[in-house]
Amino acid sequence: MSDLIKMTATEIAALVAGGETSAVEVTQAHLDRIAAVDDRVHAFLHVDTEGALAAARAVDERRAAGEELGPLAGVPVAVKDVLATRGVPTTVGSKILEGWRPPYDATIVQRLREAGTVMLGKTNMDEFAMGSSTEYSAYGPTHNPWDLSRIPGGSGGGSAAALAAYEAPLAIGSDTGGSIRQPGAVTGTVGAKPTYGGTSRYGLVAFSSSLDTPGPCARTVLDAAVLHQVIGGHDPRDSTSIPQPVPDVVAAAKLGAIGDLTGVRLGIVTEFVGEGAEPGVMAAFRESVDALTKMGAEVVEVSCPTFAYALPAYYLIAPSECSSNLARFDGVRFGLRVGDDGNRSLEEVMSLTREAGFGPEVKRRIMIGTYALSSGYYDAYYGQAQKVRTLITRDFNAAFERVDALISPTTPSVAFPMGARTADPYQMYLADLYTIPTNLYGGPGISVPCGLSEGLPVGLQVMAPTMADDRMYRVAAALESAVGTFTPPAL
Amino acid sequence: MAAISREEVAHLARLSRLAVTEEELDTFAGQLDVILQAVAQVGEVAAADIPPTSHSVPLTNIFREDVVTPCLTPEEALSGAPDAEDQRFRVPRILTEDVAS
Repeated sequence: MSDLIKMTATEIAALVAGGETSAVEVTQAHLDRIAAVDDRVHAFLHVDTEGALAAARAVDERRAAGEELGPLAGVPVAVKDVLATRGVPTTVGSKILEGWRPPYDATIVQRLREAGTVMLGKTNMDEFAMGSSTEYSAYGPTHNPWDLSRIPGGSGGGSAAALAAYEAPLAIGSDTGGSIRQPGAVTGTVGAKPTYGGTSRYGLVAFSSSLDTPGPCARTVLDAAVLHQVIGGHDPRDSTSIPQPVPDVVAAAKLGAIGDLTGVRLGIVTEFVGEGAEPGVMAAFRESVDALTKMGAEVVEVSCPTFAYALPAYYLIAPSECSSNLARFDGVRFGLRVGDDGNRSLEEVMSLTREAGFGPEVKRRIMIGTYALSSGYYDAYYGQAQKVRTLITRDFNAAFERVDALISPTTPSVAFPMGARTADPYQMYLADLYTIPTNLYGGPGISVPCGLSEGLPVGLQVMAPTMADDRMYRVAAALESAVGTFTPPAL
Repeated sequence: MAAISREEVAHLARLSRLAVTEEELDTFAGQLDVILQAVAQVGEVAAADIPPTSHSVPLTNIFREDVVTPCLTPEEALSGAPDAEDQRFRVPRILTEDVAS
């Protein structure tokens, strides 16, 4: 295995900038790795070999011409298939968009190009980002590099698995209820959900617009911070984008790496360290808490009683928004059209197209959302869920008066075996139990590897106040400096 | 007691423009019932006087300068369409024969 693929993004960028290696050499090493292992991992839905090598050559030419390079020039990146990429297939893991090549780039993709990164391709995901295992992809599941018989998390299992399998040093994900953090936790990688509005949604295929948050995935906290800085910040094309600069997450990650948390107050969420989590997950979490305390952090328990209702509230709000958002897949402007024989009406063709193009989980959520929004049920379901969202936000605000950041295990369990939860959709939902409150509140959260349980990775989650993304990076980097990074068995 | 019947699921599928099969209806009816009974827990929270939150970022009335910027050409905009004609999206018939005549 080439040394280049084991390097961090920061190391690669330095080598390329210093002329010690070329962007083409780095890119080819990762393309070779993908060719060697991705038939077993299936992290990628599309590998853009030609586009990647062309982008790499452009970086090398700019360097040769003495031009100033971006902070991630020559660093390969894998992009979740939820973001529009000009001329490169974008499916959202769904048959309804099979073969679609967007005529424009998402803002994040544009910023990645401007930073000099090299896009390797598009990563697998649960269809429309609805799922926690990547088993709901219409193109077959992704396998966890730690144990190919287990799930890599979801919905961004492809991005996380690509990192863990050394197919890419950086990846982009999107987090609506935990789809960056939960895959990060179960693959031993770092996944950060920025503050809602801190990263642009322009060109992100919409699932639940008030919750969807694109963000960085990496193997180290510093790499995630560097990527966050590159993709984040105000975008006039997204009306929910916060018109403020990104907090200095890179400086915070470097500060944290020193390993001193003196004066930092951390709150363990009482509701998330009870009987719900596996003993092995709790053991790794407790050891990490000891490590954080040793570095000077003051750790207390903080109760957030309404977090118990976050999961049911989320599974009303997200499906409601999805039932509305996915109405645009009508077989008219893009994607699949089924049954247009010249006799059938538009409505019949629409119903046949959506029936053929959407998988079972997407159909379930569209119907749940349609139910929750219908007159007679609106107040009891969607309306009540929105009120619970207010109470969850109040719990966060009260907690952040006492502590600087909240911590918990990222997930109740380690990666579960493939097929274990597909027959019982609600069991699948429980994988996101600890990540969902952050999405409802809108603040940032990060999962950082904190240990192993029976040979499988465990993640620790740090949650910070809105637009205090730097705080979570400081704590996560400190923990990383204490527990180290985790390498899966050779593939 | 079931939260939702098979007939109600069939109605939801029609509203959602999903031409589901009979087999799917059998499966979905049971699954949606489990999900709806679970999410109904939100009703346990006393929240009568609590204002709803639709969005975590309290931004309203976002404006930008009205500057002309490049946009997609008609060819680009139609590039993903299942069917197009004369720079327009071509759709199956919308009106029935007797209404149209």
